[in-house]
Amino acid sequence: MLTFAIRRILLAIPTLIFISLVLFLLLEAAPGDPLADMPLTIPPEVREKIRLAMGLGEPWYVRYVLWLNNFFVTEPLYWVDSVFGTDWAQGKQRILSYQTRSPVFDTISERLPQTLLVVGTGMLVGILIAIPIGVISAYRQYSWFDQLGTFISMIGFSIPTFVTGVVLIVIFAVWIPNSSPFWLPTIYDTTLRVQDWDSFIAQVRQMILPVTVLALYYAAQISRYMRSSMLDNLGQDYVRTARAKGLTEKVVVLIHVLRNSMIPVVTVITLLIPGVFTGAIITETIFKVNGIGQQLLLSLQGNDAPMVMTITFIFAVLIVAFNLIADVLYGLLDPRIRYD
Amino acid sequence: MTDAVTTTSARPPRNQWWDVWDQFKTHKGAMFGTVVFFAVIALIVLGPYIWAVDAKYINIRARDQGMSLTYPLGTDQLGRDMLARVIAGGKTTLAVGLAAMALSMLLGTLVGVLSGFFKRADGALMRLTDLFLALPLLPLLLLMVMLFREPLVMNFGPEMGIFILIVVAIAVTSWMNTARIVRGEVLTIKEREFVLAARSIGTPSRRIITRHILPSVMSPIMVSATLGIANAVITESALSFLGLGFPPDFPTWGRLLQDGMPYINLHPERVLWPALVLSALVLSVNYIGDGLRDALDPRIRGR
Repeated sequence: MLTFAIRRILLAIPTLIFISLVLFLLLEAAPGDPLADMPLTIPPEVREKIRLAMGLGEPWYVRYVLWLNNFFVTEPLYWVDSVFGTDWAQGKQRILSYQTRSPVFDTISERLPQTLLVVGTGMLVGILIAIPIGVISAYRQYSWFDQLGTFISMIGFSIPTFVTGVVLIVIFAVWIPNSSPFWLPTIYDTTLRVQDWDSFIAQVRQMILPVTVLALYYAAQISRYMRSSMLDNLGQDYVRTARAKGLTEKVVVLIHVLRNSMIPVVTVITLLIPGVFTGAIITETIFKVNGIGQQLLLSLQGNDAPMVMTITFIFAVLIVAFNLIADVLYGLLDPRIRYD
Repeated sequence: MTDAVTTTSARPPRNQWWDVWDQFKTHKGAMFGTVVFFAVIALIVLGPYIWAVDAKYINIRARDQGMSLTYPLGTDQLGRDMLARVIAGGKTTLAVGLAAMALSMLLGTLVGVLSGFFKRADGALMRLTDLFLALPLLPLLLLMVMLFREPLVMNFGPEMGIFILIVVAIAVTSWMNTARIVRGEVLTIKEREFVLAARSIGTPSRRIITRHILPSVMSPIMVSATLGIANAVITESALSFLGLGFPPDFPTWGRLLQDGMPYINLHPERVLWPALVLSALVLSVNYIGDGLRDALDPRIRGR
């Protein structure tokens, strides 16, 4: 197990370096000019100096290695400094955004909490809905509950988040009048601070719609896995043994079968976790949550290469890392799985 | 045992696709999906003949109309007829969906067959597949569409250029699952006796693949092709919805949704129509895929 994990970690390093190279070259091929927003009155020689000051004078491979150095050495040093109050970074050059001229990681750390709160809650609600639905659907296979669950999960699976989001907005913000208590805000107020009961309620109300959209999406996927995994286990011999021993049905289903069925579901949930950081670009855009996905879209539109590069690469790191965690977790939870 | 053989041989010979169709018919959702799918296709293909209104005709005096006999789905903020726009949008959305699916299947099958059949290529191709699976796909798609928009538009014109761009971008980011499934199938089929027999009479690899391997892996390819249409349609609409798809006067369903968003308070039906047809198409395609998967699986079909 340990050798497997180490081998996978070693394999992940060239994968990540290759991905970063692909992203860097893609951005390098971009026709966009980071100086396009500058006033036209700037003389060409000054423009050239600005370009050099931004580090654009070097050939691409020099800039690529510098970026790698910044991402893997300098930025972690700054992070250590801010956590432990040390001074290791010593004012080294950080990754600067073309648009804001401030460090990329400052913007990311400003925006990450909103993404984690909204998308994380959505996923949590989705899991909490999906597991009971999956268990009941499997236990009462082909009952009306199972048929309804299959239909709803098919809807959640097929209908993209921008359609469910728009439909929910029409229902809860357009058709229900503004004065009604069921009316829900569709624009996420990012300046809201939770200080007392009223502001807490306001925060919950503005989170309901985005969380519902995401919860439906996640619940649809997870409940299908839960159902099929439960069905696999319900037919096993150990279930018959447990029943023959005279255990109550509740113990058989909720302890023996559920525990074993959770093994593949936990792996699937682990694989969905990077989506908590990345996948909500559309939901964040619809409900105007100022999260990391919306920032990526803004930076893309503004030709902000360092920001796009850094955010996309962080996404890639998360996907690779959680794939690794899922594999290791699967081996740990299920002793029958042997990797060597 | 002998009885079973005699009864089966007594039955007249029958094409296996009739068995598939029989099984497919028992899946209610799949039949319903097929009906809805062909209804949407009929709307898109026959629509322009029945409702011959120009989707791009601007009649500013008739803007923001509700549903009426002249304008069955109303008009938008420039007075363009919504029904004509939904029909025209469907044409683009479906064309992108089918083209992207075809290209993605081609890529996936090629990589899958090559890595399953030729042991030497297996390692490298599967590493490549894993690499693509580790990429953050939606950000990458946005990146590709953003970056290569201008050069392609310059070369092929605004509509064709973006069509090529979106189709290629979707195909490049969606072939991996097909490749993996096809590789798995090829690995088991190439060990079977009929492939050995073909090889022993000196059939070259190229012909073994086209004659024996490809027909045997058609079922998983067909299932992933139906799911691929759904995926491509959703991705194209998502790109258009984020404002990175086709130009504004060139309607697609995602674009119509995005155009309707600023007016959602006053005219909510303007986003509901494209949302409805889009959902109907994707849902029906997914149900067909579900039914096909059951129908093409010989272990389920016998029961």
